[in-house]
Amino acid sequence: MADSIQAKLDNYKTASFDSRFPNQNQTRNCWQNYLDFHRCEKAMAAKGADTTCCQWYRRVYTSHLLGLG
Amino acid sequence: MAHPLQLGFQDAMSPIMEELLHFHDHTLMIVFMISAMVLYIIMLMMTTKLTYTNTMNAQEVEMIWTILPAIVLITIALPSLRVLYLMDEINNPHLTIKAIGHQWYWTYEYTDYDNLEFDSYMIPTQDLPNGYFRLLEVDHRMMMPMESPIRMLISAEDVLHSWAVPSLGVKTDAVPGRLNQTTFIVTRPGVFYGQCSEICGANHSFMPIVVESLPLQHFENWSTMSS
Repeated sequence: MADSIQAKLDNYKTASFDSRFPNQNQTRNCWQNYLDFHRCEKAMAAKGADTTCCQWYRRVYTSHLLGLG
Repeated sequence: MAHPLQLGFQDAMSPIMEELLHFHDHTLMIVFMISAMVLYIIMLMMTTKLTYTNTMNAQEVEMIWTILPAIVLITIALPSLRVLYLMDEINNPHLTIKAIGHQWYWTYEYTDYDNLEFDSYMIPTQDLPNGYFRLLEVDHRMMMPMESPIRMLISAEDVLHSWAVPSLGVKTDAVPGRLNQTTFIVTRPGVFYGQCSEICGANHSFMPIVVESLPLQHFENWSTMSS
């Protein structure tokens, strides 16, 4: 399980199509993944589990987020 | 880019623009044929000495000039809807590039891997070397790999702008606080020009867009060097 998540993270190219946000306005997509990342980190830390799986959400919202440079 | 006295579209550099060109040719041909027919009939009407003043009804011709225009409209609508749905196809992009409009320049961000970001200002005419295009050249072009589906997220920092590149068939409004998505594929390497397409103040005409498409290896070299 951890291996395949790491493999997915290594093979990450860019955010793929998310059917929850099929239209032109992707603002909510960025916001949702940002929220999911922080919630995932918080939940995993509370359980004491590995937070590597949360990195997927971070990659997705980073692809969308403005003003990072 | 556009050239002086140009009448038609710029050459298509993406599959969607090719489709739009063909659809435009098809529809314009229909428009020319209808105009020619109408002008011919007007000319006939005005150059005859024959008159008939007792017309009461015209059932047959009414049928014809109702059914035929309906068929013409369907002949235009079907290709139009086809292109519309083609533009909406889900293509899993290989790269996400963000274009952010400011007064009066663009910022391009490539944040899938490293945080590569740069501003793109127009080169003022007094600094333009000989042979370059006036009001179209920029100091840093937006580079992208050819033959890869690209997702662009367009936004703005201050007022409305619009990111347009005619040869790719792209025009997307840059709205502050909103991420507008557009996807395209560039079929050939080359340099493509566009201009800001939403009035945004004094220098609205002086914030052009230049896209340079490269084979993937060269694009990767550029992005490694620039990060």
